[in-house]
Amino acid sequence: MEKIRYERPVIKKLNTGVMNKYGTRTEYTPFTNIDGAKVKDLIAEFGSPLFVMSEQTIRKTYKDAVRAFTTRYPKVQFAWSYKTHYNNAICNVFHQEGSWSEVVSGFEYNKALLNGVPGNKIIFNGPDKTDEDLILAINNESMIHIDHLDELYRIIELTEELKKRPKVAIRVNMDTGVYPMWDRFGFNYESGQAWDAINKIILTDKMDLIGLHSHIGTFMLTPSAYAVAATKLSDLAFHIKAKFGKNISYIDMGGGFASRNTLKGSYLMGADTVPTFDDYAEAICSALLNSDYSKDELPLLILESGRSLVDDAGYLLGTVLANKRLSDGRKATIMDFGVNLLFTSFWYEHKISPAQEFSHYTEDSVIYGPLCMNIDVIRENVTLPPMKKGDNVVVHTVGAYNMTQWMQFISMRPNVVIIDMEGKPHLIRKKETLEYMNSLEVTPAYLNEFKL
Amino acid sequence: MKIKKNVAISESGFIFNPTTGDSFSTNPIGLEIIRMLKDEKGKDDIRKAILSKYNADESTFEKDYYDFVMMLQNNQVGDEGE
Repeated sequence: MEKIRYERPVIKKLNTGVMNKYGTRTEYTPFTNIDGAKVKDLIAEFGSPLFVMSEQTIRKTYKDAVRAFTTRYPKVQFAWSYKTHYNNAICNVFHQEGSWSEVVSGFEYNKALLNGVPGNKIIFNGPDKTDEDLILAINNESMIHIDHLDELYRIIELTEELKKRPKVAIRVNMDTGVYPMWDRFGFNYESGQAWDAINKIILTDKMDLIGLHSHIGTFMLTPSAYAVAATKLSDLAFHIKAKFGKNISYIDMGGGFASRNTLKGSYLMGADTVPTFDDYAEAICSALLNSDYSKDELPLLILESGRSLVDDAGYLLGTVLANKRLSDGRKATIMDFGVNLLFTSFWYEHKISPAQEFSHYTEDSVIYGPLCMNIDVIRENVTLPPMKKGDNVVVHTVGAYNMTQWMQFISMRPNVVIIDMEGKPHLIRKKETLEYMNSLEVTPAYLNEFKL
Repeated sequence: MKIKKNVAISESGFIFNPTTGDSFSTNPIGLEIIRMLKDEKGKDDIRKAILSKYNADESTFEKDYYDFVMMLQNNQVGDEGE
């Protein structure tokens, strides 16, 4: 007689009067394949933990975003935010879809160039641009977004050395009615800093001011804040037109759109509460169209969305290492992935699904990572089926920032694969090895030997 | 380990402890173990019964059984000394 599948015995105390009115969410529905590729097969071939990116989801999400904006505004261009996910394969999916690139360091700039992005389709943001970076960007006619006056003066000096007119924009920070106000990047609108920088740029006549840029925050849940920003940037553009007779070519609204993740402390699931691309597009496009631009003078609208375009497409597959009972009676499950790989678990309540069938009995658990560090907590309280050592799980919506902010700490970073449009997996980043890590280190000869 | 005599156990795995007023739910394998404990079966008998029916190895069962029994005691459903 064939034996029944074993499930750990559990007993759960029933509490009344503590659930919210929508009920608690229980993740017992098994998530067994990603775009047709079986989770078990992926782990067997590429190991665990494993990051998996869905090309299908990236392309679909991108098309949704483009549709939301192009149906409302005539001139729209997306620029892929490299810092969100700068794996070359992922960047090239966006470039194939028509996205320019938006970079914030020389490292990212050169990555974009090596991917084949023309220099004049690269937007160079950020406070840290070396002379080498600036010279490269000026020679490539990239769009340099000036962050501070020191950078502005250095570019003026470089134009004299290079005898070239760089194409520049300024980053403008402003009060859009949301807290906290991001004022550490760029020039402030309300205090007049931005207008001062614009005057310096135009009157020194060493470079072409072609755009205005803002990036008002991250995981913005209030689309109307973008309308405020678009209106203030447009006001600057009209002032420029009035004083200097120059039209601004583009308004860059930056990024910051929320993904469908759930922020810690949220009452409702992120997927039920975050604004859609249509909500953001309606706010931004209406603000621009309702400004005083004539039809021929409407600026190109650039968007640097990262998180909202790629977060949904990422999964982290993992394996249960052990279960234990904490002193207060709570169940603790230790996974083979921790905060070193899942950096975003510091601010998201990531959805975690089992990757195999269970009954519908669940228990409340703490999910720990494998690091020998007390901070290594993936979920402080999650309701999951009684998993045992060796069972697999899928963490959802991890495509943004994790594969750039991950840390090589205690253990090494794992393989990353992409599932193509036909459901076939391709390795896009190899897991790190001891040989690779050691190859970066240099031990002075006098430290090579010791006796114990 | 014995299940307290006044603890009520339903067919569906609903457990009520009238002493504390607490109620619990358990999964099918948990219910089987509780029933065997209620029938005063020893650990060896329970192990044999579970391993002959379910696809589990001895060490997994051993580990899970002790954890389950500890939870029964912590929830005052079971009593070592009774």
